[in-house]
Amino acid sequence: METKTKSKGAAKKKAAEKMTGAEALIKSLLAEDVDTIFGYIGGAIMPVYDALFNYEDQLKHVMVRHEQGAIHAAQGYARTKRKPGICFTTSGPGATNLVTGLADAMLDSTPLICITGQVGASLLGSDAFQETDVVSVSMPITKWNHQITTAEEIPEVMAKAFFIANSGRPGPVVIDITKNAQFEELEYEYEATNRVSSYVPKPKTRLSEVEKAAELINDCQKPLVLLGQGVSISGAETEFKEFVEKAGLPVASTLLGLSAFPTNHSLYTGMLGMHGNYAPNINTNKCDLLIGIGMRFDDRVTGNLNTYAKQAKVIHIEIDPSEIDKNVKTDVAINADAKQALELLIPKIKKNSHEEWLETFSELHEIEFEKVISKDVHPPAGKMHMGEVVNTLSELTKGEAIIVTDVGQHQMASARYYGFQKQNSWISSGGLGTMGFGIPAGMGVALAKPDRPIFVLVGDGGFQMTVQELGTIAQYNLPVKIILLNNNFLGMVRQWQQLFFSNRYSSTELKNPDFLMISEGFGVPAKQISERDDLKAALQDMLDLDGPFMLEVKVEKEGNIFPMVPAGGTVSEMRLD
Amino acid sequence: MKKEYTLTIFTENKIGLLHRITVIFTRRHLNIDSLNTSESEIRGIYRFTIVVSTTETMVQTVTKQIEKQIGILKAFYHTEEEIVYQEIALYKVPTKAFAHGDDVESLIRKFNARVLTIEPEYIVVEKTGHKTETQQLFRELESYGILQFARSGRIALTKQIREITSYLKELEQQQKESEEEVLTYN
Ligand SMILES: Cc1ncc(C[n+]2csc(CCOP(=O)(O)OP(=O)(O)O)c2C)c(N)n1
Repeated sequence: METKTKSKGAAKKKAAEKMTGAEALIKSLLAEDVDTIFGYIGGAIMPVYDALFNYEDQLKHVMVRHEQGAIHAAQGYARTKRKPGICFTTSGPGATNLVTGLADAMLDSTPLICITGQVGASLLGSDAFQETDVVSVSMPITKWNHQITTAEEIPEVMAKAFFIANSGRPGPVVIDITKNAQFEELEYEYEATNRVSSYVPKPKTRLSEVEKAAELINDCQKPLVLLGQGVSISGAETEFKEFVEKAGLPVASTLLGLSAFPTNHSLYTGMLGMHGNYAPNINTNKCDLLIGIGMRFDDRVTGNLNTYAKQAKVIHIEIDPSEIDKNVKTDVAINADAKQALELLIPKIKKNSHEEWLETFSELHEIEFEKVISKDVHPPAGKMHMGEVVNTLSELTKGEAIIVTDVGQHQMASARYYGFQKQNSWISSGGLGTMGFGIPAGMGVALAKPDRPIFVLVGDGGFQMTVQELGTIAQYNLPVKIILLNNNFLGMVRQWQQLFFSNRYSSTELKNPDFLMISEGFGVPAKQISERDDLKAALQDMLDLDGPFMLEVKVEKEGNIFPMVPAGGTVSEMRLD
Repeated sequence: MKKEYTLTIFTENKIGLLHRITVIFTRRHLNIDSLNTSESEIRGIYRFTIVVSTTETMVQTVTKQIEKQIGILKAFYHTEEEIVYQEIALYKVPTKAFAHGDDVESLIRKFNARVLTIEPEYIVVEKTGHKTETQQLFRELESYGILQFARSGRIALTKQIREITSYLKELEQQQKESEEEVLTYN
């Protein structure tokens, strides 16, 4: 399993060597097999960049255009590689520009190690130039954070950071290093660790709970499995498939669970939640057993908790004990890593198929197909729909590309209409819903998996939030293919205004720049299409190309994403129009 | 239903942990009624005692969210019946209040309070007890004029037989197993 493998070889204890804190930091990264860093220089981190200069052949530094770009890129990288993404920034504004990405990574369980420079220890607390209390600012949005004020702490703290970021439920770590600690010398020795006092990354699985879960699974008539990102994080895709196939369990995915299970599988019933599919949402309130695996019953999935699956027994398999019983009360909780829990469960469950029950999903899907999908994917006339763009892309790439998205209608269209066939192929901002995530995250993905086709789908609003990263894409010739779905609106919000605020389009219509000139100005070749007939060829051309490209697709201005469970609504009362 | 709960949290001695704990209450818009921290029976391990009024579901979730922070060893919540607890209050009253008869003196006797210091201008009285008791003495002394008043956070010990050392041993064991697991899974 790639995720938890640590190269102990490189990290073995070596005889101590005298060097500066800055160099020790770089050496620590190398000891942990880091190959890529995303960052932006400034005064308080200059010693580190100076040390990096000597190691550029071993460590690729991607110089972004804004620190938010660095952290989203590191997130894209981390989520594709399943190992910590690394960021460097200076103190003050450099560090505060990471805040959005940290919050995003915290909610989406993404392992990151962000190194922020800090003013010298003697100046701490004095409102020195570019001093921000980064440890306090980042406290609620980091799994762990720590300030280093002396060089000798560096190796041990870095080892701890790597272990914490990528074990258990992964998350972001901030290490703030004062400038004096970067300059000072230490006797450098590095030893990777998998032990931090007070921290138990993998809870002990209680077999009695596994037995109880197996019993519920063996006795149920109408099960529904909720697949979350935890399955991908623990690398349990194969076990998951074996599990659901053995007991014939219908599968519905959360937004972040997408791509862990092939969408063309006969047990796959679609996506859960607000803009998910009709069948799994309706049947959530009809099933007799709900099995959540590596997911956290987020409010975008459950809608109103008081009317959520009240008729069903609930099994929750989850590594983070604080997620258990947080939103939905469980009958059986297996507090464990998904892979381990599934390995234990598989031999205990009976072979089964729930054909009649599965049939109800197909019937509901038919309704959604007729009322929504067919019109989205094959609109009879008029402007192009987001759904047909994604569907065409899915067909051309045979569902084998990596899809990265920004946030909004295009994100939901991508989630709904891309037919994922390969695991680890979906990178999107789920918990935080961060506009501006897509383009930089795509850069990180391109560096992590350069040999797979990578498409970033983005709206005209989000495109302009981190557009400056086109400069980074061009500088490093990253093979990121951007599809800009331009509806001249902040589409998702406009949809809500139409549905819930009597069509009052307050501050959602955009006067957009010439996106082709912008893209080409940054050095990323681009094209614009507005006719359905040009779509397939334009996408194919883009797919065949080696480097970066930006395709602007002019779509229906006031298209809506359906079906929909309004915020706080009941999942089984999903609206089809 | 809201009720008063006392959380007992065992932590390492690390900078910033108090912040990590309070942030969890702030996010849930929970008011901390009282907070106390001191070194516990084990050297280097700190004991936080926090009192909040909330529902059991909420205190359960919050306790788990606290326990998952790095640097927190163990977190528990208890109802009033499950703990032995105490608070201390100090009252500064003008010395002249003692001049008229023996009212104040008998109050002090009645409440089992004691006089800490006597100065020409003021007297400082100390009373330990539950909040209701210290509050009652406050009310009684009010008519004599209270110059200053301070009440400490609650400190509490649990009635349960299992002591923290045994939890810590278990934690260590779990870590060992978890460590082995991480290795076997590689
Ligand atoms: C940083 C940030 N600001 C605001 C929002 C609120 N928001 C959610 S979707 C959306 C509209 C997105 O518009 P666009 O990027 O054009 O994509 P579309 O919905 O049209 O596909 C907005 C403003 C957000 N999610 N993130």
